[in-house]
Amino acid sequence: MRASAIAHVLNAEVITCQELADDLEIITACGSDMMSDVIAFVKDRVALLTGLTNPQVIRTAELMDIRLIIFVRGKKPSSEMIQMAKEQSIMLMSTQDSMFIACGKLYQAGIMGDIAYQAR
Amino acid sequence: MLIEYIIPRMDFSAAGKASTDMKRRLTQLGLPVALIKRIAIAMYEAEMNVAIHGDGGKAEVEILEDCISTRFTDKGPGIADIELAMQEGFSTASEEIRNMGFGAGMGLPNMKRNADELIIQSEPGRGTTVIMRFKLQTGEL
Ligand SMILES: Nc1ncnc2c1ncn2[C@@H]1O[C@H](COP(=O)(O)OP(=O)(O)OP(=O)(O)O)[C@@H](O)[C@H]1O
Ligand SMILES: [Mg+2]
Repeated sequence: MRASAIAHVLNAEVITCQELADDLEIITACGSDMMSDVIAFVKDRVALLTGLTNPQVIRTAELMDIRLIIFVRGKKPSSEMIQMAKEQSIMLMSTQDSMFIACGKLYQAGIMGDIAYQAR
Repeated sequence: MLIEYIIPRMDFSAAGKASTDMKRRLTQLGLPVALIKRIAIAMYEAEMNVAIHGDGGKAEVEILEDCISTRFTDKGPGIADIELAMQEGFSTASEEIRNMGFGAGMGLPNMKRNADELIIQSEPGRGTTVIMRFKLQTGEL
């Protein structure tokens, strides 16, 4: 699913890298507030949903080649985070939905997550 | 080539800089993407542990012909039971640290999974040294 479609499904505000929205293809998603869990499970072309807003979220995304981060519960990244994300071409979005609702909407829209959560 | 990084204690905006910087350097060297990712991930976990649990310290990375060798040293409280600390889900992180996104108890297991070799030396009260090595195939560098 394209990032633009994800923004639509979640009624999300795009904060950085709007220009990527139509090219960025997302296969699966990971919802977590624990960075080491993200590192343990994430594979490829993943969107990260999180309620956490500190620079480590962007660092983790950079390390894991995550190109899209969606902040849930209306959380907004700091200007430092926005700057870091721009430098790495990481798209940031913010939705009012809770983690549960946001994940549910994406699942219903067809993002099933079988690639990211392979049993190790 | 030896590269050294200082890891300040509990500095959540600086922590992670060593591993992200290494990721960029190794990318410039043209190493395979999957190998770079393993190194960056393992280094990140080690770096966060030094910052969070180890009272700050340093990272040294040596790029050799047949491997990339990393060493993380701190003079923090040390690890009393290394085998226990290695278990998935084991963490002594405080509530405050958990609220920052750390303390899943997955860092050491992630390091073990991604490094070709992991050595932990620690003595309670004296600090911790973590060495991780990543093998290079001939001609990779
Ligand atoms: N450098 C260190 N100095 C002292 N204790 C450490 C150090 N590194 C790890 N530990 C101990 O080992 C435990 C497990 O470490 P590990 O990295 O696996 O999990 P964590 O850091 O608690 O959580 P996570 O890495 O998932 O955010 C820590 O909670 C801590 O008690
Ligand atoms: Mg850790």
